[in-house]
Amino acid sequence: MTHSRSIFVALCFALLALFPLVSGSYGVDFVTKIMVFAIFALSLELLVGATGLICFGQAAFFGIGAYAAVLLSSDTDASSIAWLLPTCVAAAAGYALLVGALSLRTKGVYFIMVTLAFAQMAYYVVHDTPLGGGTDGIYLTLKPVLGSWIDLDKGNSLYGFTLACLLLVFGFLAVLNGSRFGRALAGIRVNEQRMRATGFSTYPYKLAAFTLSGGIAGLAGFLFAVKDGFVNPEMMSWHLSGAVLIMIILGGLGHLRGALIGAFAFALLQELFKSEAIFGSFAKHWHLGLGLSIIASVVLLPRGLVGLPEQIRARLLGAKQPGGTGL
Amino acid sequence: MSTGEVLLCGQNITRRWGGLVALNQVNVELTRGSVHAVIGTNGAGKSTLINILSGEFPPSEGTVELLGRDVTAWQQPKRARAGLGRSYQRNTIYPSFSVFENCRLAAQATHQKPWAWWQSAQNCELSCGIAESVVARSGLTDLRELSAGLLSHGQKRQLEIAMCLATRPQVLLLDEPLAGMGAEETERMLAMLAELKNEHAILLVEHDMDAVFRIADRVTVMVNGSVIACDSPEAIRSNPLVQMAYLGDHA
Repeated sequence: MTHSRSIFVALCFALLALFPLVSGSYGVDFVTKIMVFAIFALSLELLVGATGLICFGQAAFFGIGAYAAVLLSSDTDASSIAWLLPTCVAAAAGYALLVGALSLRTKGVYFIMVTLAFAQMAYYVVHDTPLGGGTDGIYLTLKPVLGSWIDLDKGNSLYGFTLACLLLVFGFLAVLNGSRFGRALAGIRVNEQRMRATGFSTYPYKLAAFTLSGGIAGLAGFLFAVKDGFVNPEMMSWHLSGAVLIMIILGGLGHLRGALIGAFAFALLQELFKSEAIFGSFAKHWHLGLGLSIIASVVLLPRGLVGLPEQIRARLLGAKQPGGTGL
Repeated sequence: MSTGEVLLCGQNITRRWGGLVALNQVNVELTRGSVHAVIGTNGAGKSTLINILSGEFPPSEGTVELLGRDVTAWQQPKRARAGLGRSYQRNTIYPSFSVFENCRLAAQATHQKPWAWWQSAQNCELSCGIAESVVARSGLTDLRELSAGLLSHGQKRQLEIAMCLATRPQVLLLDEPLAGMGAEETERMLAMLAELKNEHAILLVEHDMDAVFRIADRVTVMVNGSVIACDSPEAIRSNPLVQMAYLGDHA
């Protein structure tokens, strides 16, 4: 079982690596965007799926990573990835540390609301102050480089860089989830009271997970800003926090590949319902189609797309059982 | 590790919930090598006492001393790490984890190392070793790979104790470990408690009077948050105050 999962994930990454060979620039740009969202979804999966903390303000960390990338880049010389990327990640992680320190004192629906409130605060800072350029956003004049090896402005280098980041984040979280730290987070998700009675101070664990998650979201934000060369306040709005939550629910909570699959499924569904070739003039109401299909998927796939193969297997076996003998 | 050494001591513990006095000036002392049973009707404050001793919530008044140190201001996890283990009245396990992982995670509390993110928990020799031994000790070896949620009620109670032991505690606070158990399971649990009491100080809250009088070395009787008697089991049996308040016709 675990074997087939690793093969599936390896296959996904192999396909992603080969994709630019067969695709034009539109496809490469589109898949880059999806991979950025997959990193973003993985950051939330660490909180929701692994630790059981439902954060509804994840877009703030994404946005801070993105704004930091643009604000810290100079207009005359291309900045180096070597310092810009860690700085963006640290800025997002820093805000996450602050938000986490305060919001983790609450539980359940209060936690959801407090994280939303902090994200909205960040949103209005970039929306209403000169710092963030208001609703128009700001442009990134020169994309960052790494010496002469990597120039994110050239060819498919951003695609490759994003894929490498996705692979690293995925691998890091897979190892982390199996470590003592990861098992403790799982214990907190399942039964926090027992964890405390056993001797785990759960607050520092949750705060570490929250900060880490914010940093990963910041990485996704950095990549997004570099990809579009542009940031605006919408990147911090609660719509995006909601969208990324839907991605991991769609994919299947509690599985890293769920975040990966969810990001792709969400983006593809969005494109499908936006397509005028299929839906004609109804395409401008794409939110409706997307919303209905998400409701349908939650009803029909309680464990997300990740649970689909098992559901089909159970259905097939269940249908066979009455007539089958000794199978 | 001398028998008779006081490991946990609660003094003048009072807990008020608004106008309601759940515990009123309760004193309790647990010594190594003995089982101290706390009995009383529902609502007498037995679980509240365990919750305060283990640090689930603080007392309104009074002090708790663990291994000679005043731990009244300590949070629950810190008390647990210092050697205080507790089980819950309702099963409080990790249902989706295997029996072994339930014990391993509990054992990990003594050896947390959260920064070593690259080391696999499954290869953590210390916690795996402890888990192996407590699983065997509580007779769950055959079920070690089963999801804990699929165990029978009695097996879950055994697992509770196993998880409690995995943290290597010196003091055990057991909240109705025999609740809902069959005769055979009760026997096994009592045999285990009898073995455990050699090294531990045990506080036992229990409704099964036969079991209490068989295993307890000392019995505290509580009514409405106050201790009305604390004595040897024989003396408690013949105490007229206790008979009137609690045991009724059975005594």
